[in-house]
Amino acid sequence: MGLELYLALLSQPCRAVYIFAKKNGIPFKLCTTEVFKGQLQSKEFFQINMLQKIPVLKDGDFILTESSAILIYLSSKYQTADHWYPSDLQARARVHEYLGWHADCIRGTFGVPLWTQVIAPLSGAHVPEEKVERNKTAMDRALQQVENKFLGDQAFLTGQQMSLADLMAFEELMQPVAVGYDLFEGRPKLVAWHEQVEAFLGSDLFQETHGTILNILEQVVNKKFTKPSPEVYPNILLRISRIH
Amino acid sequence: MPLELFLDLYSPPCRAIYIFAQKNGIRFELRPVELGRGEHLKPEFLKVNPLGKVPALKDGDFLLAESVAILLYLNRKYQAAAHWYPTELQACARVDEYLAWQHTAVQLPATNVYLCKSLLPHFSGQPVDPVRLDRLLGKLKPALRHLDQEVLATKPFLATEQLSLADLMAFTELMQPTAVGCDIFQDWPRLAAWRARVEAALGPELVQDAHRLVLQPRDPRDAQRDPKLAQELVQRLLERLS
Repeated sequence: MGLELYLALLSQPCRAVYIFAKKNGIPFKLCTTEVFKGQLQSKEFFQINMLQKIPVLKDGDFILTESSAILIYLSSKYQTADHWYPSDLQARARVHEYLGWHADCIRGTFGVPLWTQVIAPLSGAHVPEEKVERNKTAMDRALQQVENKFLGDQAFLTGQQMSLADLMAFEELMQPVAVGYDLFEGRPKLVAWHEQVEAFLGSDLFQETHGTILNILEQVVNKKFTKPSPEVYPNILLRISRIH
Repeated sequence: MPLELFLDLYSPPCRAIYIFAQKNGIRFELRPVELGRGEHLKPEFLKVNPLGKVPALKDGDFLLAESVAILLYLNRKYQAAAHWYPTELQACARVDEYLAWQHTAVQLPATNVYLCKSLLPHFSGQPVDPVRLDRLLGKLKPALRHLDQEVLATKPFLATEQLSLADLMAFTELMQPTAVGCDIFQDWPRLAAWRARVEAALGPELVQDAHRLVLQPRDPRDAQRDPKLAQELVQRLLERLS
């Protein structure tokens, strides 16, 4: 049995894994996971991942979670081009340095606008304005660090070439962009980086991966977006309560 | 120029790096950074790590932040024994998986318990809020349950059959609330056994040495040293723990 990837393209880390596999011609079976229909809470999915989260990789009997671990596994197993996860000691350290900071300061922060603007209202929940503002401040501060500490005068986040770090960051930033936030105003370095990453991916792969997320507002307006089914509500409310 | 490690041993990731370096006979200059005095926000330190956090590493001209990155760098540069970070693909992936998961699943809630139990009372002069503490312990519980009931049910260590970087990071993180009087192991027998196993493998003296600071009760006079800083810290802590 071949490689299986359990993904939902609404999810930032899922998109990073999807793009990486596609861009590198890694053959896999896409197991699209219906997050809002409660599939993650199902008994079947529990056999895949007890933590009830995506992305998940299943390679024969080997099951792996956590997007950065999956990306590193795929890069090693399929021996992808060095720039993705450089073999050089210091260059590789830079990728891990970004991924560590990303886990604390990007993940969990840039996903919030989709929750507050789309998912919460659809689920009958409301996020107080002060939390929305605090989240904006957190995003601002993070983007400052992206430009000053990580990009600096480099083309990409961890060096002069694209790496796993850029994929992870690119997908997280796509989330607030999809709900209408302008992350790029007054940030020319970020704009340049974003354009480079997009060009690297190519328009076909870009469209294929981002079609769903970039149309989300339109889908909601046209009532084409799957309203979360009741069994998912407790998880949704839990996630919303975690918004700082 | 020797390797420099910028650490505050009150911080769990710093302790993990300290223990790793000592255990592997890695020679380094310890550069203490006192978080309690706001030293991590001062210009001299920001030159080392513009992200304003510990741990940080300086190896000649090479500056590196982030605990996982630093551990992996040291592991590879000083060629530590393979069990710390296996070369075999799937075993390595298990360690990567834990190290990724632990940021939000373990580090965040364990730190919040510690902040509520120790740092906030210390700087505010107010007693521990039991309701808040209970709520924060509740947020750590899912991770403890997962580790005890699911992860350790099938193996003696968190990622592989042997002690790895995953166990080292988890140990120092879970010692944080423990060291200040929250016995988070009491409901989880496998986790308690794992803790003893890890402590034995690392060496009790080294563990004691690394945890000396955090095990000591804080001196109330330290909080009064800079009342303005204390007030700012209390404000930020209350926001964070709300």
